[in-house]
Amino acid sequence: MVMNREQVLEQVRTVMVDALGVDDDEVKQESTLMGDLGAESIDFLDIVFRLEKAFGIKIPREELFPAEAIMNNPEFVNNGKLTENGLAELKAKMPHTDISEFAKNPEMSKFADLFTVGMIVNFVESKLKAA
Amino acid sequence: MRWIWIDKFVEFNSGESAVAVKNVTLAEEHLHDHFPGFPVMPECLIIEAMAQTAGILVGEAKKFEEKVILAKIKKAVFHDFVRPGDSLRLAAKIESIAPEAASTMGIVTCNEKTVAEIDLMFSHIDQNLAGKEFPEENFVFTDTFKSLLQGSVFNTGKG
Repeated sequence: MVMNREQVLEQVRTVMVDALGVDDDEVKQESTLMGDLGAESIDFLDIVFRLEKAFGIKIPREELFPAEAIMNNPEFVNNGKLTENGLAELKAKMPHTDISEFAKNPEMSKFADLFTVGMIVNFVESKLKAA
Repeated sequence: MRWIWIDKFVEFNSGESAVAVKNVTLAEEHLHDHFPGFPVMPECLIIEAMAQTAGILVGEAKKFEEKVILAKIKKAVFHDFVRPGDSLRLAAKIESIAPEAASTMGIVTCNEKTVAEIDLMFSHIDQNLAGKEFPEENFVFTDTFKSLLQGSVFNTGKG
């Protein structure tokens, strides 16, 4: 069955409600996982497991949330900002995310805001297309 | 010493599911205060019993090489009181397992009646929290804790 974006969003919303204990009207495409929905590190793994189950897809480690590999590499982060190389790496690792706004002032304190519900929907759509 | 809160395993299917038993007794002193004249097992301790059952299941799946830590209570619903003299049957099932974590589903029954549903997430902490270091020895799976599996009737081979 081919799912349209609205159907994917609806399933992603259910995953967020179950994983994070939020109300479904709080889950909007622009909601940030950590800032708006209160996700903590273990919740990201919970979300990955639930997405795999809900959509019947496999999500390899770091594919959906590649933050750790980037944040802990001095080549990619310098003085609290993402470097040129870091931005290139981020772009390559997160094709399902529009980083153009973030790239203007790539402060690490804003990094978490890249992880939104809409980003997950993009990711799932690309996975479903590839399947 | 590691605190052990379940009595024995009665079923063990490596990497898949396990069933443990916890017998509740009025010799447990906290029951005298919880509550005076009306002893019931604290629900947090029902969660602990499930965490130990599912935790050993998850640990054994990786040959006790990972440090398995309870990271999240995904669901904990209680349907009835558990009282002294009750024998709890804790059935845990691995839902997903990855290099860095696992999620489990669990049902607690007493006399075949469901008293609780407890779904958990465990972290393999050496695979997470980059940059932090943990003690070399596996402080989760001590010999005492693993001894729970000795003498139990269980099957570590699939099929």
